[in-house]
This record gives sequence, C-alpha cells and structure tokens, in this order.
Amino acid sequence: MIEIIEPGLQSSLQDVGRPGLAHLGIGRSGAADLPAWRLANALVGNDAGTCALEITLQGPRIRLHADLTLALTGAPLPMARRNGEAMPMWRPVRCTTGDIITLGAVSEGCRSYLSVEGGFDITPCLGSTSTDLNAGLGPLSGRALQPGDRLPTGRTRRSLKINRSWSLDPRPWFQSPSENAPLRLMPARHTRDLRASDRMRLAEEVFHVSSRSNRTGVRLESDHPLQLAHRCECISEGVVAGVMQLPANGQPIVLGCEHPVTGGYPRIAQLAAADLPRLAQCRPGQSLRFVWTELDDARRALAVQQRSLDDLCMRIAARLD
Amino acid sequence: MQADLEFLSEQALLVRLGESISMPVNARVHQLADRLRSASLPALEDLVPAYASLLVRFDAGALQSAGATIESMARAVASLIENDEASCASNLAPSRQHRIPVCYEADCAPDLQAVAAVTGLDIEEVVRRHHAPEYRVAMLGFAPGFAYLLGLDPVLAVPRRDDPRTCVPAGSVAIGGEQTGIYPTALPGGWQLIGRTPLRMFDPSDPRHPCRLLPGDRVRFFPVDKTRMVHMQDGQGT
Repeated sequence: MIEIIEPGLQSSLQDVGRPGLAHLGIGRSGAADLPAWRLANALVGNDAGTCALEITLQGPRIRLHADLTLALTGAPLPMARRNGEAMPMWRPVRCTTGDIITLGAVSEGCRSYLSVEGGFDITPCLGSTSTDLNAGLGPLSGRALQPGDRLPTGRTRRSLKINRSWSLDPRPWFQSPSENAPLRLMPARHTRDLRASDRMRLAEEVFHVSSRSNRTGVRLESDHPLQLAHRCECISEGVVAGVMQLPANGQPIVLGCEHPVTGGYPRIAQLAAADLPRLAQCRPGQSLRFVWTELDDARRALAVQQRSLDDLCMRIAARLD
Repeated sequence: MQADLEFLSEQALLVRLGESISMPVNARVHQLADRLRSASLPALEDLVPAYASLLVRFDAGALQSAGATIESMARAVASLIENDEASCASNLAPSRQHRIPVCYEADCAPDLQAVAAVTGLDIEEVVRRHHAPEYRVAMLGFAPGFAYLLGLDPVLAVPRRDDPRTCVPAGSVAIGGEQTGIYPTALPGGWQLIGRTPLRMFDPSDPRHPCRLLPGDRVRFFPVDKTRMVHMQDGQGT
C-alpha cells in the first residue's frame, strides 16, 4: 500500500483507458502520454496494461507501506527524492517500507508517471482502472488524489533483477520543449475553409499553450486569431484525440486523451498520432509550432514509434529477468 | 446509400450520410453501424454514431498486425456501404423500445412554466405534446449515457437557458433547442428542465449494460405523479 501525504497538483491513476465505449458517451481517458506510461510499467516488470500514477506539473509526496520497486518516466522531476536522496528516473528503484518519496516539481514538460511493481490493486470500472476526471469514472470515484488516500498495491509476481548501472535514455520518449521541434498536422475537413493566409500561418505562427489546457485538450493562443473564409455550419460528429478544433474566438483547441466523444466545431487539422505524447507534455505558457504532413508519413511515424516502443519494452523485460 | 468518407486520422474514418439533423438520415447511420458491427472488420475499436455521421475507429497496433491500413479499411467500409445499398433496408435489426416514466410536476420541472410561456401553450399542453411522440436515440454524447433524442414536437423547441445550471439533478428530462434528453447523472447543463424520471439511466458498476438507452433505440415517455415516481424502483418502465 502507498499513502498519499500530499497529492501534488493533479495526480490520477491511469491505464490505457476505456476504448470501445465512445458510442455510450464514455470517453477513452487513460494515460495522456501512453509511451511514457508504458515504459514506467515495463521498468518495474509490470504487464503492459497496468495502472500507474500520472503526475501533472507538481508531484506528490508519498509514504510506502511495503517494500516496492518504483520507476519514474515522462517529464523530468529533478527534485525527486527518496528519503532526501536524489531519486533517478527511467530505471527501477528498489524502495522499502517507510520510505518517503517526494517528487517535487516537473522542470519542463507537463506529465510524469510513477509505476509501482505489481501495479495497484483497484477494481476496474467499465473495464479500466483509469480515472476519467470529467465524467467522474474510475478509481477514487473518478477524482484526482487527495491527502490521506491509501492506494493498495498489487501482488508482485517475481523478483526483479536490478543491476545498479543502467537507466533508459529518455530520448525520444521525452523531448525537451525547448528543442521546439514542430508538431505534425494533417489536413482535416475544414482546413480548406481557412483563409489561405491562416492556412499558412498555422504552420508558421508560434502558438502559446493556454493555462486553461488540461487532459481534455490543449488550448492554443496566438496574437492573430484564425478565421474561416466563410461560416461553416457543423453538426456534432464523432471526434478522436488530436483533432484541432476552431471555436468562434479563433483560438484552436487540440483534443487530448479525455476529449468528449463528439464535437461540433470546425476541424481545421488533425495532429499526427505519433505526436500525441508530445501534446500531452505541453505545459501552460510554453510556445508551440506546427508543420503540415501527410497521412502516409504520419502513419509511418506511428508505426516506427510503436515498433521501437515494443522493442524497448522487450529489452527491458530481458534485463529484469 | 450516399456516403462521404473522410480519413479522420491514421486510425479513424468518418462516414457522413447527410448534412442535416433528421430522423431518416439518422436511421441510416444506425443501420450502417449495425452493418459494420456484424461485418467483423479487423482491429475495429469504436463505432460512434452521431446525427448524420458514423465514426469508425481502429486500433492502430492491431491494424498493423492484421496487415491492414486505414486505406484498406476505407475500401472495405466503402464496399460494405455499396452492398448495403443493394440489400436495402430489408434485414434491419429491430430497435429496442423503452417506456420511460416522467414526473412533470412543478418541483421536478423547474423550467416547465418558462417553456409554456415561450411556446404560448399552457403547461398541460406542453406536457401532453412532450409525451405524445415516439423518440429515437440519435446519439450519446456530452456525458456517459446522455442520449440525444430526435422527434420533439417543433412547437416545443425552445432555446437553452441563458444561465446554465452548475448542477442539474440526475434523471432530469429536458429540452435544448430541437432536442430532448435525460441527464443520466448530476451534471452542469443549460437545457430547460421539464420533468424527471426515477429510472437510473447510467450505472458504471454494470460493465455489460452501463447505459439504459443505446444509439438507435426508440423511446416513449409517460407521465407519473410525484408519489408514484418516488415509489418507483429502478428497473421498471421499460
């Protein structure tokens, strides 16, 4: 069991989410940065679908009530401490009963993941142990962690072989936003309805991530609101993560992992799925740029990403055996 | 069936069957959803009907393992749509029917007076017209289990409230524009509340049937008084 002393800004339990229920108005939710979440689990020998803690901007302070191996991935937590000593990320860390883990602030990016060997012993809600904060579904009645929460941990299956000397290279699984590589966009239904100058600006302008961004979507701000060349009457239709909507105020919203299942705003672009993890790492106030790409390139990028993630998880498993 | 097929992403297609909110177009959406569901397409993860469109979403990893691409799935979906045209609507699965009790009395219906005022009808006539037609679940959205119902008497179409409520009680039956619906859980909302049902519309602890209403279902309302509503147990009335 782990005990939450301080919850951090917004920490929630997440797994891969609830795919397949969108026709019931139930969104997928799940970890925002899926590769980082999956690697956190791999590093403690968990199955791919295990529940882990998603941390937002400011991490929690935790007391362990069992001997557990932990791992941290995702956005850097340079102040992470285990009983006052620096706690490394991207590798398994053996901890013991009574340890106090203090994660501190995320220095760049937005979300980190804390996995626990054996996962958390949580009854699934609608097939998933992920938290849907909007709908109030999942562990802890669908809310973020609070002080005093006690999370039962699952049974550990085998003893992990942990050699002191290694950790994963965070790249490409976490890229510093300061490197500012543009996120890739594909054209969507209303791209051609943008004013021609705005279509260009979408790929040239520097956007800023609004403080109103959350798991539902990343809200963008720019000095020049985007406009459609003519009014588009839209009726609600199914949407997916990565849809870039344009509300009437001209400031685009890119839908995230906890997006509503349908939407009625014009869709001016679609983020390449391989860049969804980077979207999840967008932090309020940071700048962001985009570049146009094609469906074929986006699909290739996604296939490469999935393959290297699968390979890496296999290599981690071999190392822990 | 006339259909416009759009690549939404690397793993999702959007099939658009019309540009308007209408019963016939929406019925075709549910018909196509049934057809695609029974076609056992590989890697299919979500089929999301809306008023005039159907979202078809695949699992990217499973597509890859099946040696398929979103383009090959688009071709498969397009040919199913064509075949559908040939076979017409002959073997439509019968849609499920529900009878939903609604208490239209004042303390369950805080906006009924306002709806009567806007429409120029008296309260009894608003209530009568609301439970007269058979509705169809066009789609679910907004929140888990929230069903948008088509078939509202156009006279009852009233604008949403200027000041949306921060918390609408679960079971509230409401009108928002040309639609009616039931708030499945306590939610913020701007629709006009004209009644309340005692039935539980959404139950996340039931993984097999979390939602009472499914896309394409038919719905009729019938009025009950407050006493009966209070005594009605969940599970009755369908």
